Amino acid sequence: MSLTVAYAALATGIAVWAVLVMKLRAKPWEVTAAGVLDKQGFNVSAKRIGLWIFLAVVTSLFCLFLSAYYMRMGEHAGHGTLPATDWQSIRDPSILWFNTVLLIFGSVAMQSARSAVARSQVQQTRVRLFAAGLLTFAFLIGQWLAWRELRYSPLFSPLNPAVAFFYVLTAVHGLHLLGGLFVWARTLARSLRKDVELIDVRLSVELTSVYWHYLLLVWLGLFAVLLST
Amino acid sequence: MAFVAIADRDHEHALHDPQSFIRKYIWSQDHKVIAVQYALVAISIGLVALTMSVLMRLQLGFPDTFHIIAPQDYYQYITMHGMIMVIYLLTALFLGGFGNYLIPLMLGARDMVFPYLNMLSFWFYLLAVLVLCAGFFVPGGPTGAGWTLYPPQAVLPGTPGASWGIICMLASLAIFIVAFTMGGLNYVTTVLQARCRGMTFMRMPLSVWGIFMASILGLLAFPALFVSAIMMALDSLVGTSFFMPAVSSMGERTVHTGGSPLLFQHLFWFFGHPEVYIVALPAFGIVSDLLSTHARRNIFGYRMMVWAILAIGCLSFVVWAHHMYVSGMNPYFGFFFATTTLIIAVPTAIKVYNWVLTLWRGDVHLTVPMLFAIGFIFTFINGGLTGLFLGNVTVDVPLSGTYFVVAHFHMVMGVSPILVVFGSIYHWYPKITGRMFDERLGKFHFWMTFLGAYAIFLPMHYMGILGVPRRYYGYTDAIQFIPPSVHEANEWISISAMIVAATQLVFLYNLIHSYFKGPVADPNPWRATTLEWQTPDTPPKHGNWGKDLPEVHRWAYDYSVPGAPEDFIPQNVPHSEKTPVGREHGVPT
Amino acid sequence: MLIAIALIVLVVATVLFHFLSPWWFTPIASNWTMVDSTVDVTFWVTGIVFVAVNLFLAWCIIRYRHRKGNRAHYEPENKKLEWWLTGITSVGIAAMLAPGLSVWAKFVTVPEDASVVEVLGQQWAWAYRFPGKDGRLGASDANLISVDNPFGMDPNDPVGQDDVLIQNPQLHLPIDKPVKVLLRAKDVNHQFAVPQFRVKMDMVPGMVTHFWVTPTRTGEFDVLCEQLCGVAHFAMRGRVVVDTQDDFDKWLSTQPTFQKTLAATKGDPAAGQALFTACSACHGAQAEGNRELNAPKLSGQADWYLMRQIHSFKDGVRGSNDQDTFAKQMIPFASMLADDTAVRNVVAYIKTLPEVRPAASVVGDPVRGKKLYETCTSCHGANAKGVWSTNAPRLSNMSDWYMARQLEHFRAGIRGTHPQDFHGSQMRSMAKVLADDQAVADVLDYIRTL
Repeated sequence: MSLTVAYAALATGIAVWAVLVMKLRAKPWEVTAAGVLDKQGFNVSAKRIGLWIFLAVVTSLFCLFLSAYYMRMGEHAGHGTLPATDWQSIRDPSILWFNTVLLIFGSVAMQSARSAVARSQVQQTRVRLFAAGLLTFAFLIGQWLAWRELRYSPLFSPLNPAVAFFYVLTAVHGLHLLGGLFVWARTLARSLRKDVELIDVRLSVELTSVYWHYLLLVWLGLFAVLLST
Repeated sequence: MAFVAIADRDHEHALHDPQSFIRKYIWSQDHKVIAVQYALVAISIGLVALTMSVLMRLQLGFPDTFHIIAPQDYYQYITMHGMIMVIYLLTALFLGGFGNYLIPLMLGARDMVFPYLNMLSFWFYLLAVLVLCAGFFVPGGPTGAGWTLYPPQAVLPGTPGASWGIICMLASLAIFIVAFTMGGLNYVTTVLQARCRGMTFMRMPLSVWGIFMASILGLLAFPALFVSAIMMALDSLVGTSFFMPAVSSMGERTVHTGGSPLLFQHLFWFFGHPEVYIVALPAFGIVSDLLSTHARRNIFGYRMMVWAILAIGCLSFVVWAHHMYVSGMNPYFGFFFATTTLIIAVPTAIKVYNWVLTLWRGDVHLTVPMLFAIGFIFTFINGGLTGLFLGNVTVDVPLSGTYFVVAHFHMVMGVSPILVVFGSIYHWYPKITGRMFDERLGKFHFWMTFLGAYAIFLPMHYMGILGVPRRYYGYTDAIQFIPPSVHEANEWISISAMIVAATQLVFLYNLIHSYFKGPVADPNPWRATTLEWQTPDTPPKHGNWGKDLPEVHRWAYDYSVPGAPEDFIPQNVPHSEKTPVGREHGVPT
Repeated sequence: MLIAIALIVLVVATVLFHFLSPWWFTPIASNWTMVDSTVDVTFWVTGIVFVAVNLFLAWCIIRYRHRKGNRAHYEPENKKLEWWLTGITSVGIAAMLAPGLSVWAKFVTVPEDASVVEVLGQQWAWAYRFPGKDGRLGASDANLISVDNPFGMDPNDPVGQDDVLIQNPQLHLPIDKPVKVLLRAKDVNHQFAVPQFRVKMDMVPGMVTHFWVTPTRTGEFDVLCEQLCGVAHFAMRGRVVVDTQDDFDKWLSTQPTFQKTLAATKGDPAAGQALFTACSACHGAQAEGNRELNAPKLSGQADWYLMRQIHSFKDGVRGSNDQDTFAKQMIPFASMLADDTAVRNVVAYIKTLPEVRPAASVVGDPVRGKKLYETCTSCHGANAKGVWSTNAPRLSNMSDWYMARQLEHFRAGIRGTHPQDFHGSQMRSMAKVLADDQAVADVLDYIRTL
């Protein structure tokens, strides 16, 4: 039911936003005052809007994974359904702490690349962007090491939902980072061009950094859930 | 935030018209071409599903006559028919097809905001369809688990296609969701960002509203199906136990431990119910525009219509478990979900009233699109009202699992949306192809489809009340309470179904023949107000609007404005003028 | 214009169909008359809306159809009218929802004095369990399910010892006593539905679901599975017999308890050998079968299947049809086996006999047969070795002339039509897949290759 509540809140939010922003109470058939011929849409790039909508989709995806996680544990199925008997909590590999630090640094590096590009510092932008990607690669390798560690732990069994969820959640998060790295690689390549005009990569760097912060948040959320159960 | 503005500087789309055949029609980034590509693939796969429904009806109407249809075939047809019709035909056609075509044209944009992504969306969709079809050729054939794909049966022996078929299905769904997400991002962002000057939200035609809201629903709901598809595939391939409980299948204990089949049902219907509205909302929106245009009257209660779309969209996320009243979930949920479900009936009813009230005091032209729109109102009233039976938990219990359910969902999200699809294809055909269709064939198509469909589904409601169960391959070894009249009725239903199916060939003939031989159409044959009819070229060229984007001065429903000489004023006509500039508008007779 | 007339005709036809069609709820046999009244209320409310809105629609089309010089009325909205319509709709909705929820409140509240019965669903048969004298059902677990313990009961649980096990799809219930029906599934989702009871519920493996009902009318009612459960979903039938309390008690006392099934001897082959001498006259010393005497091969066949068939002959479930000459012949021989122990012994002996390959007598096209056999795999298994849980006997390496005859009998309704022959009736629905003798020959020829 947490699912329902979350979505009800989301829907209410959208509805309120809609009424405020879209002026849904306007009577469109009336002769309107001046200013209606204004350019429509928000004063930002469509790409930025697109990214935020995509983040909403990804949020939905991870919320649903987590709902499934808790419902499978049996804690939220409630009402006579007992907690799942086959759920054996695992000790999360300690390397995850190290990975988390890596990803935080990756995000920080992204942010500093973003401020560098805003200040039109070509060289700093390149270096920081590169560092951010490198840290993220390191994070993914760390995740892979965590997978290996769990693989040889005595509790490993695909039948144990705690194990299965660990792999699925980290894999889905990792795939999203890989997708981000693809965009990062293109941005980096463009910024490395000799005749680069920073204005051309500015939007890419900004959006990439937003995506990185977002995936960091998702990871922190996932990590908290994994640790607490 | 000054630097944001610089960074977000939008560059006007360069208007280079692709010349090579491949870039123009195959690997195209033009929303109109992509729309047609989507529509053609959707209709083709839809014909496959239609054929399967005929095969099923052959078995039900004349059991033990056609031995080509064995029980496992029947269950495979049922599954594929349902899944194709709901996802690969209706969702793809309304959003990928009509959404793609109408959004930029109706909003006065040159194209979608991310044309490349839009193109990828289509190719992923095509891949999804091909993977789905691959299911027919793998060992064991496609899955026969029912379109709901419930575990454990979907991946256990005893169900057709439990090893290969189900994997094809899940893979195809996952690819479809990726395709839809790329398309959906486009539709939503385009509506938010690419409206032309003067096109405020409240001046958007209801078609765009419906498609916009449906896209949002799709973006938020499809992840639920994605999650369940991944987890079920893992259960089947790797041997995890997300959904698979400890079972003894075919007398042997499987490896699975304590998974929860109900968890799958929750996830599936969390997607599945919004999916109903993903199909219905575009139909609602489009039919509003058809009614208004052909009744020469403004849509009645435009604001209420917009609010209703928003309300339905929000509420559709909190009604999913009304599909699960007798699933074994906690019965106390029934109180909550029955209440929310019946509440959602209120905005839906308002929409119906407003459609009827649009005709009231109108100037009703009974054109082919109008006939389909009226047919839609009738079938939708029927299907909507039976929804009140199934949404109300107590009433649902005796009716669930019977033909009443079959009749209900075919009326409400089969026949009704497909009537809108037909109506809108006829409506926009002159714009898309530049030719007029054959009106007599169109009317024939309407009458056969409308009356035939009602003849198919009306008796099914009462069979359901009697208790005839659905998803039965046959009723041959007599069930006590089923009288012979049911078997006779089944024959008649099957005959109607075959007639309706054959009629669709007339429709296809009309489309193809008119494309080559139809009379050249007027740019605005219905004398409609919305922007897509005001393009400089018919069919619109790449970039849609020539040199300058249109400007919008009024809402989409200025029909029969008192004092105006014509009975319509296009959206791009400023208030001071009484006549649209120098254009003659002929109406087909 | 035509469309308006069509709408009016359709409305009238629908109303007429509603009142004139012979199809309505089956006569109720439970306490849930309130469910029917809620449906009635819903029909009235929705029916009025259906007629009113559609007739108004038709009238609008007639009155406001396009004629030369007509012009529509410009009216963007009518707040008052819209709010009125919203209000009336809300009242109608409430009128349906309120009774619905109040009946549901009764549905979710199981009466204190309700007795308990468990329904166990599996692909594609029903079984039942009563709690015995202590009123409590013993523990059960999917891990314990086997051919000897089909209910998966815990043999060490003292509570379960007196549980009464009903190993066939016919359930008896006493009249006028509320009963809480617990639902359990072994393999996939099923649904226990008796249309005359009105209420039903899915059965989900891994959990126990329930509903409650008070039967109010004696009689026999079909049990249907209404949740898709695989290829033979449509053939998953059972029966509920509502009895008077006396009849019910009498019936229940004849059913075995779990303890008794545990105690049942394994069967003694040595004792069986003596009994088998009577059988060997026809079936042969090695139970290899004899076509001239119309006696099929028995060796290699599953013991549970042989036992069930012998009991069927003894009880007149098989061989009751006059056209089934050879089955009739079998009845006196089966009756020579005095009791269950004798049956077990003789079957135990047959199990010790060596496997011989029977001679082929049916010739068909095994390639076509392979395609036809796909339907059969669901129950009999891909290798035709038989599957105990689907009650499907072994087919491979058995007498093909015998199977040909039985398939013919199933298709013609000579076998599988006795009201107690639930598994035979399933086979009847399935045998119809085979169009003619040629198809039968094809599938049997394919089975021989397995």
